[in-house]
Amino acid sequence: MKHTLTAHELTKLLISRDVSSEELTRAVYEHIGKTDKQIGAYITLTKDTAIEQAKEADKRIKEKRGVAPLTGIPIAIKDNMCVKDVLCTCASKMLNDFVPPYNATVINKLRENGLVFLGKTNMDEFAMGSSTETSCFKITRNPWDTNAIPGGSSGGSAAAVASDQAILSIGSDTGGSIRQPASHCGIVGMKPTYGRVSRYGLVAFASSLDQIGPLTKDVWDCAALLEVISGYDPLDSTSLRMDSPDYMSFLNKDIKNIKIGVPKEYFIEGIDKDVELAVKGAIKKLEKLGAIIEEVSLPHTEYAVATYYIIAPAEASANLARYDGVKYGYRAKGEGVDNDLLGMYENTRKEGFGAEVKRRIMLGTHTLSSGYYDAYYLKAQKVRTLIKQDFDKAFKKFDILVTPTSPTPAFKIGEKTDDPLQMYLSDIFTIPTNLAGLPAISLPCGLNKNGLPMGLQLIGDYFDEGKILQVAHAFEQSTDFHRSKAI
Amino acid sequence: MNYEPVIGLEVHVQLSTKTKIFCGCSTNFGASPNTQTCPVCLGLPGVLPVLNKDVVQRAIETALATNCNVVERCIFHRKNYFYPDLPKGYQISQYDMPLGENGWIQIKLDGKVKKIRITRVHMEEDAGKLIHSENSEDLRSRVDLNRAGVPLLEIVSEPDISSPEEAYQYLVSLKQILEYLEISDCNMEEGSLRCDANISIRSVGESGLGTKAELKNMNSFKGVQKALEYEIIRQEKLLGKGEKVVQETRLWNTDLNRTESMRSKEEAHDYRYFPEPDLVNIIVDKEWVSKTRRSLPELPQARRDRLKNEYGLSDYDVEVLTMDKRVADYFEECSKYFPNCKMIANWITGDVLAVSKDRKISINDLNVSPKQLGELLGLIENGTISGKIAKDVFQDMVCTGKDAKQVVSEKGLVQLSDERELVSIIDKIIKQNPKPVNDFRSGKQNALGFLVGQIMKETKGKANPQVVNRILKSKLS
Ligand SMILES: [Zn+2]
Repeated sequence: MKHTLTAHELTKLLISRDVSSEELTRAVYEHIGKTDKQIGAYITLTKDTAIEQAKEADKRIKEKRGVAPLTGIPIAIKDNMCVKDVLCTCASKMLNDFVPPYNATVINKLRENGLVFLGKTNMDEFAMGSSTETSCFKITRNPWDTNAIPGGSSGGSAAAVASDQAILSIGSDTGGSIRQPASHCGIVGMKPTYGRVSRYGLVAFASSLDQIGPLTKDVWDCAALLEVISGYDPLDSTSLRMDSPDYMSFLNKDIKNIKIGVPKEYFIEGIDKDVELAVKGAIKKLEKLGAIIEEVSLPHTEYAVATYYIIAPAEASANLARYDGVKYGYRAKGEGVDNDLLGMYENTRKEGFGAEVKRRIMLGTHTLSSGYYDAYYLKAQKVRTLIKQDFDKAFKKFDILVTPTSPTPAFKIGEKTDDPLQMYLSDIFTIPTNLAGLPAISLPCGLNKNGLPMGLQLIGDYFDEGKILQVAHAFEQSTDFHRSKAI
Repeated sequence: MNYEPVIGLEVHVQLSTKTKIFCGCSTNFGASPNTQTCPVCLGLPGVLPVLNKDVVQRAIETALATNCNVVERCIFHRKNYFYPDLPKGYQISQYDMPLGENGWIQIKLDGKVKKIRITRVHMEEDAGKLIHSENSEDLRSRVDLNRAGVPLLEIVSEPDISSPEEAYQYLVSLKQILEYLEISDCNMEEGSLRCDANISIRSVGESGLGTKAELKNMNSFKGVQKALEYEIIRQEKLLGKGEKVVQETRLWNTDLNRTESMRSKEEAHDYRYFPEPDLVNIIVDKEWVSKTRRSLPELPQARRDRLKNEYGLSDYDVEVLTMDKRVADYFEECSKYFPNCKMIANWITGDVLAVSKDRKISINDLNVSPKQLGELLGLIENGTISGKIAKDVFQDMVCTGKDAKQVVSEKGLVQLSDERELVSIIDKIIKQNPKPVNDFRSGKQNALGFLVGQIMKETKGKANPQVVNRILKSKLS
């Protein structure tokens, strides 16, 4: 049952050569063959190249040449990151035949470290959604309850890890798209500081909010994967010009006297009772471990969702303008379209995008249009600054803030698809950190009465992923939540 | 009623940086379609722009040369619109925070100097180019994205221009500055310099502005002038009839010499500008500005002043020599090899520029280096050849690239100044022409010219005319 292990358990076996990367990779594919019909985590599998990559990793290990901590570990990639010569669909009809001619920077980094690419995972179309239900291909089911959603938009990545169909995966987080599905699938998911991981090759949704991060079985794996993918990239002007610290060095440390703030605005009416109890229990646990717990106020929290739904769609409306049927991807055909540029544009975008994507493009186009810009976009930017300032103030006093990741456990498939506002609110606790650009993790903190996992969110100051990992690891090691398995 | 035009010009100039503004692709003109492209300038999903610092450097130079204030922090915006030559569906441009603001340049018209204010100088990326099939069987249009991402500067003037002639002079002066900065080849036919014009008219003496039309599609400075002339008359006629000028974009039709309304659907743009989130603030600190200011080349006005003072040239010579920086450079280089600057100026403004214009090549591609021209003039000065022969020698040099001395010796053109030799030839001519000799002695001055002509004919033009004149006169007196 190699595929059920964590990366750090497997790394030991690979280095001791008790297991080969090829065996491991084949075992994962065998499991995918049995499981993914039911879960639907993957859009594309790249078995042939994966086996080649695994063989190469085995060679590296055998020759003790260029072996990194995660060499030979199979990983799943969210289908919005470009891997050269591999289909990159963003779960959209618009890109259902798009094959990028280049690698995203994270992909290069993963390859340099000898990780093995299993395939591309399902997601909400262009990462717009919180349930992976807006994928144009299929829904992904939650491994803990196949009638429930896995969360989104990185639902495929989270479900793949939770169902042992991948040892590790990477996703992208614009408003909670890593942390919320990690929470719903009972795994660890982290959004690093904005700029920590290069966005080059990540198909943009909202450029000032998007950030790539790890989805893993536990905190050790998260730290190891973060170490591989982070770092300055000259191809991304917004990437941080600073060396990434040695994240592993923050593990296995105590958390005595670490000051943890509990933002009162995150324990609102409407939050699920089980979630509230689990998170409060987790806070008690942290206190027992020596942390100093105190309440804190982030007064502008209530405006975060509204602010986000102005800024993100505005940027998206421009980012998605390139899908016009001219150069690549879907192009509408037919009478009145073939010889008419405007008709071609209109029909291509009408037919190529799904409803949620079109809703956001329209929102963004509207808020940027003349006469509305000041009232919406400009004002939202101002509120964004206020939200940042709330956090700045809090981090003057606290090392870490602790909150629920999501107000509820995974909801039922179809439950919120007709109610976009309800869907948007499921990201209420994750959105503020994207607006501020702060790092945050979600890790398991218990199961609800129906056996569904719930997540604890730890938010850190800028560039302080290390401290987040320290607290997360200490919490994880003193609990058994991460050992519960979906299947 | 008497009307006066109010004109503002928007000039787009392609910068001759080695690489594009946001990627490493070459900016060379004329490569086969889509060969100078990469994922970034193709606007593929997932790519990000990285600003070419050289573009900022050139923009600062241009802003300083046009007396603009270089702002310390500026940003890029996205300008959103759909067109097949625009790969991302938006152009990365500058909007309300341009790099340079509030400048001016000087123009000269009919001896009068006028300042035209510059509103802004900003950076942006060029779009690609559509290639429309001319084959009626195949109506498809194709897209060439080699030009997409080539850096552009937009230089916008205030509506300070009050006639088509002034507009023309403004363009000439601006182009001169850009050429002196060596930031662009300013070739309007190749599209490396483009100009749009905003024009309205108003009753003389009125201070408010009339409704303006935006004119596009002019492909020469003269074209801009003609389009403005046409437009003034068109607007005057409309107002004269009591009709209104419609605010719209009009295209200059070069074949029919008229402006034509563009369909309004295409111009009803709301560009939905917003700050480009993929790029960070551009910080131009004081040190960068002052360093650039110190390294600026001499600009046209300064050069005119200097040439006049340093070489004692006339206004006319200075004007002609500085029109093209390369000509002024040529002049100054030549003066290192030949001391008589007035003579160099005469030659350059005369024979040299005539040949350059004739052959439609730049003075640098003339086959005759400044040093070679200096040597040629030296041969005139020391009497080796006459000025007249020198003109033929110059033509020869242009064709062959040979040195003046080589041409003169190969063709045996050395001037005959040896007195003994000349005396015997003169004696022979006097003997052969008794009538003209008598005519001259009886007071007919033209007869002397005839005799000199005979002597020149005898020597195949090589006789030194001064020496001939002197000897002949003394023999006949
Ligand atoms: Zn390029």
